[in-house]
Amino acid sequence: MSENLQTSVREICRACNNDRARMMDIVLAVQAKYGCVSSEAMDTIAKAVSTHRVEVESVVSFYAFLSSRPKGKVVIRLCNDVIDRMHGADRVAETFRQELGIGFGETTPDGQISLEYTPCIGMCDQAPAALVNDVVVTELHRSTAQHIVREINRHMDPRRLVTRLGDGNNAHQLVQAMVNNNIRKAGPVIFAPSDLGAGLAKALAMSPAEVIRDIKTARLRGRGGAGFPTGMKWEFARGANDQNRYVVCNADEGEPGTFKDRVILTERPELLIEGMAIAGYAIGASEGIIYLRGEYAYLRAFLEHMLNECRNWGILGQNIGGKKGFHFDIRIQMGAGAYVCGEETALLSSCEGLRGDPKNRPPFPAQKGYQSHPTIVNNVETFCCVTRIMDKGAGAFAQLGSSGSPGTKLLSVSGDCRSQGVYEVEFGIKLRDVLKMVGGEDAGAVQVGGPSGRMVGPDEFDRPICYDHLATGGALMVFGPECNVVDIARQFMEFFVEESCGYCTPCRVGNVLLKERLEQILAGRGEREDLAYLQELGETIKTMSRCGLGQTSANPVLSTIQSFPAAYEALLKDTRTDGFRPTFDIGAALGEAQAIVGRRSVHFAD
Amino acid sequence: MAKPKVATTSLAGCFGCHMSLLDIDDRILKLVELVDFDKSPVDDIKEFTGRCAIGLIEGGCCNEENVRVLQDFRKHCDILISVGDCATMGGIPALRNNIPLEECYEEAYLNGPSVHNPKGRIPDDPELPLLLDKVYPCHEVVKIDYYLPGCPPPADTLWEALVALLSNKPVNLPYELIKYD
Ligand SMILES: Cc1cc2nc3c(=O)[nH]c(=O)nc-3n(C[C@H](O)[C@H](O)[C@H](O)COP(=O)(O)O)c2cc1C
Ligand code: SF4
Ligand code: SF4
Ligand code: FES
Repeated sequence: MSENLQTSVREICRACNNDRARMMDIVLAVQAKYGCVSSEAMDTIAKAVSTHRVEVESVVSFYAFLSSRPKGKVVIRLCNDVIDRMHGADRVAETFRQELGIGFGETTPDGQISLEYTPCIGMCDQAPAALVNDVVVTELHRSTAQHIVREINRHMDPRRLVTRLGDGNNAHQLVQAMVNNNIRKAGPVIFAPSDLGAGLAKALAMSPAEVIRDIKTARLRGRGGAGFPTGMKWEFARGANDQNRYVVCNADEGEPGTFKDRVILTERPELLIEGMAIAGYAIGASEGIIYLRGEYAYLRAFLEHMLNECRNWGILGQNIGGKKGFHFDIRIQMGAGAYVCGEETALLSSCEGLRGDPKNRPPFPAQKGYQSHPTIVNNVETFCCVTRIMDKGAGAFAQLGSSGSPGTKLLSVSGDCRSQGVYEVEFGIKLRDVLKMVGGEDAGAVQVGGPSGRMVGPDEFDRPICYDHLATGGALMVFGPECNVVDIARQFMEFFVEESCGYCTPCRVGNVLLKERLEQILAGRGEREDLAYLQELGETIKTMSRCGLGQTSANPVLSTIQSFPAAYEALLKDTRTDGFRPTFDIGAALGEAQAIVGRRSVHFAD
Repeated sequence: MAKPKVATTSLAGCFGCHMSLLDIDDRILKLVELVDFDKSPVDDIKEFTGRCAIGLIEGGCCNEENVRVLQDFRKHCDILISVGDCATMGGIPALRNNIPLEECYEEAYLNGPSVHNPKGRIPDDPELPLLLDKVYPCHEVVKIDYYLPGCPPPADTLWEALVALLSNKPVNLPYELIKYD
C-alpha cells in the first residue's frame, strides 16, 4: 500500500514536471485520488519537487478542500451562508445529519462519506446549495437531501445525482450540471450577441499603446470590487522593465452573494478568453492564467474545451491574427476553497504553489507579480468588457452607464425577492429601481457588495449603483422587512473569522472579538458602550490590516451600526442595578465551587 | 473645600502594586495633601465611609469576596482604575484558568505535597470564600474607567496618572513609563 502510494504520488509529481510551483495541482491530484494528502504523501511530494516538507504541509493545511487526515470518498459540502439559511439550509443540514448519522466536520464510520459546511459556493440564486465532491446540487430541501444520501450510499457516484440539467450551457455535455444561469436581464456589454474574434482583430490592427489608450478612453474600471482603472493597471505592467509578463484572470468569485462570473464562465467564456488575449497583446504577455475557484471545478472540462476551441479559432496560439511574434496561451489554475485567494496577491501566491497568503504591497503585481514578473490581475467581467470595448469602440462603451462609472454591471441578486439571478444593468441605476425589477420592493435591508460591502436600509434605496455611491463587485443580497440586521452582521463576521489568513493580528483576533461582542448583544447582554467598542475596534482592524480582507471585514458591523442604529438600540438593555457587567453572571461563576465545596455562597445568597 | 477621597484594594493580587504606590517616596506627603484615603489597606479603613473620587484596584477576581469588594468599589467610586496586569488581565493568578476548578481545590486541600488534611475533605467553612470558575480581569465584572498596565506599574506612572486625574489635566505618560521590555 505504502509502496503504491509513494509510486503514484511520484507519478503525479512527474506529470507536473516535479515543479514545485505547481504544488496546487499536485496536492489537488493527490487529494482527489486518496481523499487526503497524508503525512507520507507530503514527504514524498517534498522529495520529488525538492522542497521542504513544511512547504507542502503549509499548503495542505491552508485550503479547505485539502486535508492531511482522510476524508470520505464522497464529501458533501453544504453552504451555510446567510442566503442559504434564509432558504432553509438549517433544515437541510438537519436531514443530512440524521440520514448520515454524523455531525458536520465528521466522516461516516465506514470512511465513505464526509459532511462539511462551506461558505458561499456561488449558487445563491438557487440556494440552499451544496457540493457533492465536484457536483453541484441546488434548491435543496429535506426530501432532496434525503434522496442524495440514499443515492450516494447506493452507488457512491455523485454525477448520477444530476437528474435534470440547467439552462444554457449547463446542459453542455462537458458541464452536465443542474445549475441554472438565471439570466434575468441581458445588457449590451456582456450578454448581447457577440462577433467572435472581432474585438481581438480590431485590437491587433492597433499598436498595444493604442489599445491601452482605448481602454483608458472607455474609462473602464475593474469589475472585481476595488474598481481600479484597468487602463492604468495595464500601462504600469507594460512600462515595467521585464519582458516576461503575465495576464491573470481572477475567477475566484468568493465574495458571498456573488455568482455572476459563474454565469459568464458558463455562457460567455469566449468573450473572456478573447479579452485576455487582447490584454496579452496590450501589455506584451504571452502567458495567461485563469484562476478558477475550486467550487467551480464542474466548469473546468468545459473551459478547457473552450480554450481548445479558441486555439482552433485562432484566438489563442502562435502569431495570433497573423500578427508575427504575438503568441498567447492560457492555462487554468484550480483553487481549493479559500476566499482570501480572490485577493490578487494571495491569488498569485496560490498560482505559485504557495499558501494563499497575501503579499506586501508595494511592489504591486503590475510591477512584480506572478513569479516576480509584471502581472495584471483582472476580474472575469473586466476582460469581457475589454473585448466589447475593442469591438464596439471606447466611445460607445463610455456612453453607457453614468459619467463616473461607464458601462454596465452584472448584479448577482439573491435573497428575499421574487426573481433571483443575474441582471446586466447600466451603472447609475437606483437601488430602488433594481429592487423593483427583482421583485424586492419591500426589502428591509440590502447588502451591497457582499459581506465586505455595505448594508443599506430603505433611506438609502434612492442612491445609484456605481463606484462613487453604492459600489459593488456584483453582489446584492436582499433582506425582507423583518430581517435582523445584527444577526446578519454576526453571520458575516463568522465568515471573515473563518477566512482570515491569520497573518495580521488585528484581522485574526479583531474579527473574533467583533463577532463575540455581537453575540453578547444578540443574547441581550449588550451595553450602550459596546457600540463605541465595536466602532473603535472595527476602525483598528480596517487601518491595521495588510490586505483587503482585513480592511473590509469590519464593514458588516460598521455599516449596520451606521445605517441601523435602531436595531442595536432595541437590543441594548439598561444597565443593571447591581453594577455588574451584563456579560458577568455571578451565579454561573460560582456554580462549580458550590458543588465542589458543598455549600452556598454567603456573599451572593440567591 | 473637602479633599477628594481615594480608596484602594488588593483583590487577587500580590500587594506589589500597592508597594509600587508607596514607592512614590516623599511624594506620599504631597499626595495626602491632595487627597484623603478612604477604604484602603494603607490606612486600614475596612468599609467605605462615603463617596470617593477614585478607586484603585489591584488584582483580578478569583473568589466571591473579590467580586463583592469590587462591586462595592464600583458603587462608591466615581472612577475605577485597574492597576497592574492582574487587575487588567488576570495576571499570574489566571494561570489556573486552564486547570479544572476541581483539580485546583484538590491540589490545595487534598493532594498538594505540604497538605495535612486527615479528614480528606475540602473545607466548607464560610470564612473561606468560594472560588470563581476562573479568574476574571476586573473589567469583565464591573465597568472600569482606566487601566494602568505593568507588573507593577512604576511609581512614577501611578503618580503621574493620579495627579493628572485629580487636577483634571490630560495624563502625560512618557514612553519610559509605559514600556515593559
Ligand atoms: C479578500 C478579497 C477577495 C477578493 N475576491 C475577488 C474575487 O473573487 N474576484 C475578483 O475579481 N476580485 C476579487 N478581489 C479583488 C482583487 O484583489 C482584485 O482587486 C481584482 O481581481 C482586480 O480585478 P479588477 O480590477 O478587474 O476588478 C478580492 C479582494 C479581496 C481583498
Ligand atoms: S488582513 Fe487578514 S487576510 Fe489579509 S493578510 Fe492580514 S490576516 Fe491575512
Ligand atoms: S500586577 Fe504584578 S505587582 Fe500587581 S498584583 Fe499583579 S503580580 Fe502583583
Ligand atoms: S451559495 Fe450559499 S450564499 Fe452563495
